[in-house]
Amino acid sequence: MSSFGLPENPASIASVTDRVLPVEIGGAVAAIHFLGDVAAFVGAEEAVTFAAREGEATRLPIHDGAVLCVTSDGKRIVTGGDDGKLMQIAGNGDVTTLATDAKHRWIDNVALNSDGAVAWSVGKTAFVRTAKGEEKSHEVKSTVGGLAFAPKGLRLAIAHYNGVTLWFPNMTATPEGLEWAGSHLAVSFSPDNKFLVTAMHEPALHGWRLADGKHMRMTGYPARVRSMSWSANGKLLATSGADTVILWPFGSKDGPMGKEPAMLAPLQARVTVVACHPREDILAAGYSNGTILLVRMTDGAEILVRKNTDEAVTALGWNAKGNLLAFAAGDGKAGLLEM
Amino acid sequence: MSEPTAASKIPVTVLTGYLGAGKTTLLNRILSENHGKKYAVIVNEFGEIGIDNDLIIGADEEVFEMNNGCVCCTVRGDLVRILDGLMKRKGKFDAIIVETTGLADPAPVAQTFFVDEDVQENARLDAVVTVADAKWLSDRLKDAPEAKNQIAFADVIVLNKTDLVTPAELAEVEGRIRAINPYAKLHRTQRCQVAIADVLERGAFDLDRILELEPEFLEASDHDHHHHDHDHEHCHDENCTHEHHHHDHDHHHDHDHAHGMKHYHDEDMQSLSLRTSKPLDPTKFMPWLQQLVATEGQKILRSKGILAFTGDDDRYVFQGVHMMLEGTHQRAWKDGEPRESRLVFIGRELPEQAIRDGFEQCVTT
Repeated sequence: MSSFGLPENPASIASVTDRVLPVEIGGAVAAIHFLGDVAAFVGAEEAVTFAAREGEATRLPIHDGAVLCVTSDGKRIVTGGDDGKLMQIAGNGDVTTLATDAKHRWIDNVALNSDGAVAWSVGKTAFVRTAKGEEKSHEVKSTVGGLAFAPKGLRLAIAHYNGVTLWFPNMTATPEGLEWAGSHLAVSFSPDNKFLVTAMHEPALHGWRLADGKHMRMTGYPARVRSMSWSANGKLLATSGADTVILWPFGSKDGPMGKEPAMLAPLQARVTVVACHPREDILAAGYSNGTILLVRMTDGAEILVRKNTDEAVTALGWNAKGNLLAFAAGDGKAGLLEM
Repeated sequence: MSEPTAASKIPVTVLTGYLGAGKTTLLNRILSENHGKKYAVIVNEFGEIGIDNDLIIGADEEVFEMNNGCVCCTVRGDLVRILDGLMKRKGKFDAIIVETTGLADPAPVAQTFFVDEDVQENARLDAVVTVADAKWLSDRLKDAPEAKNQIAFADVIVLNKTDLVTPAELAEVEGRIRAINPYAKLHRTQRCQVAIADVLERGAFDLDRILELEPEFLEASDHDHHHHDHDHEHCHDENCTHEHHHHDHDHHHDHDHAHGMKHYHDEDMQSLSLRTSKPLDPTKFMPWLQQLVATEGQKILRSKGILAFTGDDDRYVFQGVHMMLEGTHQRAWKDGEPRESRLVFIGRELPEQAIRDGFEQCVTT
């Protein structure tokens, strides 16, 4: 990273816009994941487009319809669609159907565990296929809003209306419930496994300290939080939903309890996507007006990656090494930036 | 970001009706007719639709309370999720139809479109269409509060199975419907034979399309019957004129309801209309209306109004569902157009006198 100085004024903000390699996707992008140094732009519909720094972009059809959920562990990408299929794309480009819903119901959520287990949900039912290939399911009271595996062991958080269920698929014990009124959607464990955070239907996050179930209300957002990303050291949670990047401190044993979040990179537009760098205290933030900024979390210094274009940024992704950033906007205009 | 216009938002029709009224028949008709349009359909039970359509989605009818301290502020959580997923396929269909279960309250569905920002950005509520069984509705209105809610909430009522009742029974059931909701468009059908244009693309929630608020039966000039039951005309003061005195369609009908017409007064669900030809004071009216829906919103299912404010050359229109209100300046009053204010509330156990008195206070003298 060069030239990470604080700009004197917004007009003189450091810019790397001329180093962006444009990529044309031809449709909205729901998410970006890297398989090695190849960026996979997962479309909102049907296909995944692969692009690297050199060569043509290639399009790989995956679903007959909308791609409703996607995740990756860096080795493979798993997607769920409104065609009732759970698909896997391996690093070599091989596509496998992992599961098909008999009634073609939507696959709403998907999660991958570090040991190779995969979880997905259909309506109120969460399914887990363990690394050994055993399949188990658990039904919760209302439609599953989000799924996340704990960083250690085989423990699945299932977000739903009025709380989260923590399910150990390999144990017969009754799953543990964390309650909080309202509809819980995306769910995420802190990398140190001490906290669980959900993005709610209303513009707020809710968190629990797992040791004692203590609540953390994280409110004040003007819009629903659609994007959350943990910093490389796991001490900060960056979120979208406001006209600044909101960073909640999770470094201490109390997490953000009684603390104010940091607010970085204010613009006259709403943050739509955040993606923390995998190694450094840097994040990429995409805005509703198409702007993309690199922001240093320690002091808020900014670098311009993309100027405003009117179409909101819909996806951002880093490769594991952290030397490649990929982005895409609602009109399918995308790009790759090498650091 | 460019603001989506009303036209670019996908219209959503809510299809309600008590068990067995004929919702599925209507849905099958809409889907099988050769109209060149493609509909995404959200149903509560798979398998009932006999039409091959890859955009039929099963829903769970999950009603969620919002965490905003407002008890009647409920939304359909499953609908938020499904609409979100459907929007990924925007361009693949022209409109969305949401079928509710026979026992469903339409309010959470409608409120979803008022409360959820993401839903609002992409979709717009077009109308609530209620299918009613001509033979059994009168009974259901007595014993099933859900059926009553569905009639009260409707913008369009498809009164089905009219071939199974006598003209007198039909007149009675229409009378009962009108006692609850005199404003909905009513279509009498057999096997839900109704023109698609009469149920879809109605724009009933489009503030720009609020033209006048007259009881619908006065406008239904194509009907040859002479049976109208006017039991809402509770008011005879100068600010609230008897509806049809002002209407020019009444020559089509025999409105001589003084002689032997039955009056169905629904004991709890009713509509209330207010009218004044004197301008309203916006500094009094707005707080009054907001206070009214805040305190009585649970009882008020639907509200609508066209308002003439003091010193304002534009018509102001509003509509509401329970405690939620939205309003806008619609257009300039036309030359020669009477600057009248007109409000309509449909609800349960409405505190009529208090509403009338409160409204009276907002009229400039």
